[in-house]
Amino acid sequence: MDLAFIIIAVLTLASAVAAMSLRNLVHCALCMVMTFAGIALTFLQLNAEFVGLAQLLVYVGAVAILIVFAILLTRSEDAKKEVRFVSSSTVVGFGVVALVAVSLLAAIQHTQILPPQSVVAPHVSVKRIGEQLMTNYVLPLEVIGLLLTAAMIGAVVIAMREPDPADSVDVQQRNGSPLKLDPDSKKTAVVANE
Amino acid sequence: MTPLHQYLIFSTLLFSIGLAGALLRRNAILVLVGIELMLNAANINFIAFWRYSPNPEPNAGVMFVIFSIAIAAAEAAVGLALIISIYRHYRTTNVKRIDGLKG
Repeated sequence: MDLAFIIIAVLTLASAVAAMSLRNLVHCALCMVMTFAGIALTFLQLNAEFVGLAQLLVYVGAVAILIVFAILLTRSEDAKKEVRFVSSSTVVGFGVVALVAVSLLAAIQHTQILPPQSVVAPHVSVKRIGEQLMTNYVLPLEVIGLLLTAAMIGAVVIAMREPDPADSVDVQQRNGSPLKLDPDSKKTAVVANE
Repeated sequence: MTPLHQYLIFSTLLFSIGLAGALLRRNAILVLVGIELMLNAANINFIAFWRYSPNPEPNAGVMFVIFSIAIAAAEAAVGLALIISIYRHYRTTNVKRIDGLKG
């Protein structure tokens, strides 16, 4: 067994546990970055250089920043005092997690794995990946492009601030005030409401 | 070289930690982080099996993980936009307190 693998695995798992169990959300985000970096190191160790660097760019770069911004934007008082008590749902959750982990580990332990047939590391150059993306995998590439565009537009539309209903024209019409485009119309509507 | 077993055990433990976070944490952002951890554990499995198998098509595993990372990024963007939208409505990200169907 490789010493480098043990170090990377222990660091990654420890930071994953910390990311899922710490109280402070910013600490959680920092531990999450460390977990993603450890996973990128695992990819590099498995001779998948391109995937490892893509993991660094996408997760340590983009997703981490996105999550930190979400934490800052949704900062509220009750996030700090997240009550911790042993409820029935906690017990059931831990039970489900233990069941999944034990069954997967048992399945792995009982599987007879053939010795690796290609001990020589497969060399995948970036040039080859680019060629394949433009030939064999051109349809998935187009679909991914469409999906990313749709996700981007969807994220902007969902997160866009909804117009304040008090300012909209509909409310004024419903209140019976005449619809005018001059700045006084809002004032009339307020007076009519009162 | 590290045997394949150990990579599989490593990714199983990572998946379980992510699942525990997604099921047990009350904060919606941490639920999303747990889901991301589970996706990453699956990616580790893809790369490990690609590395340890005879490769009829040398790039297939790498390609699969590249597309998987792209989809995970799209999911994170939309998920966080949803969380911000919900926060604006309920003033909380606690999933226990987001329990109304009607706005």
